[in-house]
Amino acid sequence: MFGLIPFFRSTIGKKVLMAVSGFFLFAFCVEHVTGALLFLRGPDAINGYGRLLHYSAALIWFFRAGLLTSAVVHVTFATLLYFQEFGARPVGYQNRRYLRSSYAARTMKYSGPFLLGFVIFHLAHLTWGYNVVPGPFIEGDIYANMLNGFRTGWVALVYLGAVSLLGLHLLHGAHSMFESLGLRHRRIESLLFGFARVATVVISVGLALAPAAVFFRIIGG
Amino acid sequence: MNLVLMVWRQENARAQGHMQRIEAKDVSPDMSFLEMLDVVNEGLTEAGQSPIAFDHDCREGICGSCGVVINGVPHGPQPGTTTCQLHMRHFRDGQVIVIEPFRARAFPVIRDLMVDRSAFDRVIAAGGFITSPTGSAPDGNAMLVSKHAADTAMEAAACIGCGACVAACPNASAMLFVGAKVSHLGLLPQGQPERWSRVHAMVAAMDAEGFGGCTNFLECAAVCPKNVSSDFIGRLNRDLIGAVFLARPRVASNDAG
Amino acid sequence: MSESLRNDGRVWVPLRAGDQRPPGQIPEAERDYYLERRYPSFGNLVPRDVASRAAKAVCDENRGVGPGGRGVFLDFSDVISRQGEAVVRERYGNLFDMYERITAENPYKVPMRIYPAVHYTMGGLWVDYNLMSTIPGLFVLGEANFSDHGANRLGASALMQGLADGYFIIPYTIGSYLAGSKPGSGSADQPEFDAAKAQVRERASRLLARRGRRSATSFHRELGKLLWENCGMARTAAGLKQALARIPELREQFWREVMVPGSQEELNQSLETAGRVGDFLEFAELLCRDALTREESCGGHFRQEYQTPDGEARRDDARFAHVAVWEHRGDGAEPLRHTEPLSFENVHLAQRSYK
Ligand code: HEM
Ligand code: SF4
Ligand code: FES
Repeated sequence: MFGLIPFFRSTIGKKVLMAVSGFFLFAFCVEHVTGALLFLRGPDAINGYGRLLHYSAALIWFFRAGLLTSAVVHVTFATLLYFQEFGARPVGYQNRRYLRSSYAARTMKYSGPFLLGFVIFHLAHLTWGYNVVPGPFIEGDIYANMLNGFRTGWVALVYLGAVSLLGLHLLHGAHSMFESLGLRHRRIESLLFGFARVATVVISVGLALAPAAVFFRIIGG
Repeated sequence: MNLVLMVWRQENARAQGHMQRIEAKDVSPDMSFLEMLDVVNEGLTEAGQSPIAFDHDCREGICGSCGVVINGVPHGPQPGTTTCQLHMRHFRDGQVIVIEPFRARAFPVIRDLMVDRSAFDRVIAAGGFITSPTGSAPDGNAMLVSKHAADTAMEAAACIGCGACVAACPNASAMLFVGAKVSHLGLLPQGQPERWSRVHAMVAAMDAEGFGGCTNFLECAAVCPKNVSSDFIGRLNRDLIGAVFLARPRVASNDAG
Repeated sequence: MSESLRNDGRVWVPLRAGDQRPPGQIPEAERDYYLERRYPSFGNLVPRDVASRAAKAVCDENRGVGPGGRGVFLDFSDVISRQGEAVVRERYGNLFDMYERITAENPYKVPMRIYPAVHYTMGGLWVDYNLMSTIPGLFVLGEANFSDHGANRLGASALMQGLADGYFIIPYTIGSYLAGSKPGSGSADQPEFDAAKAQVRERASRLLARRGRRSATSFHRELGKLLWENCGMARTAAGLKQALARIPELREQFWREVMVPGSQEELNQSLETAGRVGDFLEFAELLCRDALTREESCGGHFRQEYQTPDGEARRDDARFAHVAVWEHRGDGAEPLRHTEPLSFENVHLAQRSYK
């Protein structure tokens, strides 16, 4: 009855797009944890996994296109909403107290752009092989590239910082995405919050293990 | 008790505003917050200064006229309480109380603590009327409403349109208000014929007024003086999604309404 | 004095004047359940006008309770011990919460303190059966018109009138007025508009002249007190005459000494208040004049000179079985009283008794 265009122009429609794109990015993070954990099992495991992903060019490009679209949609609508929200209160309060909103929720607009920056850095480091970290880049040897990168202290710290920010972003995002789709009720609230906490811990700890292991020289020492 | 008020003063919509320090002496703890302001205003008037402009009407928590931000919280520190029903016994002797108007682009300041909330009226008006047949009262059991639906609709209808939800939201979003207004008709049989067009029109009006979007902070429900639940935001989301993906154009029919 | 609360609550004050003890320390024998005593069959459920008058009377005898002495106890301890707190909570939970919010006292434990207060008006602008006032095209609905009310006009009856006028009368009567008037015949640049505008501006400038140092609110308070005492729930000719002498003085003082800050070029709540108080000062006089003229007791209008030996309202149907309306004949001129007889064909007038 009502067109999709007006729907996606409305604030609610925009949030639906953010939630759906956020969900795909979130799902990717879960999948990514598997990859990162394989690093701990040694070169064969993770390089084999890499080869598996590259098994079909069509398949990987299909996933890449999906992810890229999600990222573009997510960032675009985050920016649009940010400006709308910024304009919605031109004069702020002298004195402000928050009663219920979490720190994670209030910092989405800051953790997000940092994540964008990190994703670009991360792709440059491990996918495109640009010279963003010291040392050589070996095409196809994921293990060596990761080890090489994380051996440099600041690179490991950037990764650890980024996964913490990702955790912060997901602590709110992983329940907010359901709520933005209308899945909000007192009966499921604690379920969603619990889900977000567990997912956050699994994702950020899972992704932190590899850089941390190298940083503390547990691997590659 | 004696208090120090830091109050936002602004001559009119265009003027530059500022905070003014005003001492409130001999305040009785049994006064309501607005009565305290009345007494302060009487003192200001007698001293030849302009009294603090603030909105109020029923002073019993049902009209939604009153509402200021008190120490950073719309309607002040007592949960589920309008400013007019907030009593001074909830403050300490010697306390500094910061009083500001509700802040949002859609709520421009008229003067001091008074803001123009007609944006809400336009959102309501956009919702339109219901096509229920009038005339003699319907038979008691002709239209069944479950207890759950009736109770939930009643909960939504408790919204007094004060605007505290907007004032509290870091995004100045009006989703709780609009959610409540959409739901209290959407839950009842009388509200069904226009259910989808209503939610669509009200959301469009809400966006046109320049309210922000919902980031699921839930500050709104925390300050709502009528404890309107954030469940109604979920319902608003679902109804708008329903309006897009489920609604069929209504076929003109012969039956009434 | 909500009737619903009085279903289960018992109203009392201490027997002895000036008794300051907390309610729990006043033994049964030293309490005066004055409504039950005076109205054995209706007890605490007498109508509001009667209950209110009785409450004011005991407070005027210095038997009122609470700080300031303007209050009587509404005690639920009997029903709570008889039926349990849960039953009472189920019935009145929200009212009790409201009370506790205001007073910080728990009415399940301590008796409520209540006192009558003005919160609705009886009477209003005269309208015809189509709800149109004497000004053609000015329709008056609900509480603002004089029509349907009896001894009291609180909550339910006032809301009913709003609904009745709005749903059942005006939709059928305004049409015929509108049908007879051509749209677009008025415009804002007619001399009448200029005159009205000039008049409002002039009045506002007079209020804003800052001649004295008294706020409009202080005049409002003084006038309110004067009416409460002399033209309130119980009236006497002497009191009304006293008020009629005092109001013109107060009005004159108001226009001479009121101090209204600000200007008329922007929103000015003090000016709004002052304008209303100016109106009240005129209307109060009419109210007293009307009460003085009606030499009987009837419903909410209780003249102390006209009561039965046991203190009940005594009507004088021979002289006053009519509705009266006052015609404004210009500022300063005596208003003119018109009457419209009340005739009853099926149900006939009778004396009410709550004994
Ligand atoms: C690894 C990458 C990312 C993941 C997994 C992710 C995930 C999510 C999820 C699940 C949500 C919740 C959506 C909702 O509430 O409807 C969200 C919200 C948000 N994201 Fe991201 N995101 C990522 C990257 C970014 C980036 C790069 C930006 C910034 C440009 C960003 C900015 C935001 C903002 C501002 C919100 C809150 C929007 C709102 O509630 O109004 N995110 N994100
Ligand atoms: S939802 Fe609550 S806070 Fe918002 S307008 Fe209604 S009553 Fe006020
Ligand atoms: S004045 Fe009516 S709700 Fe506060």
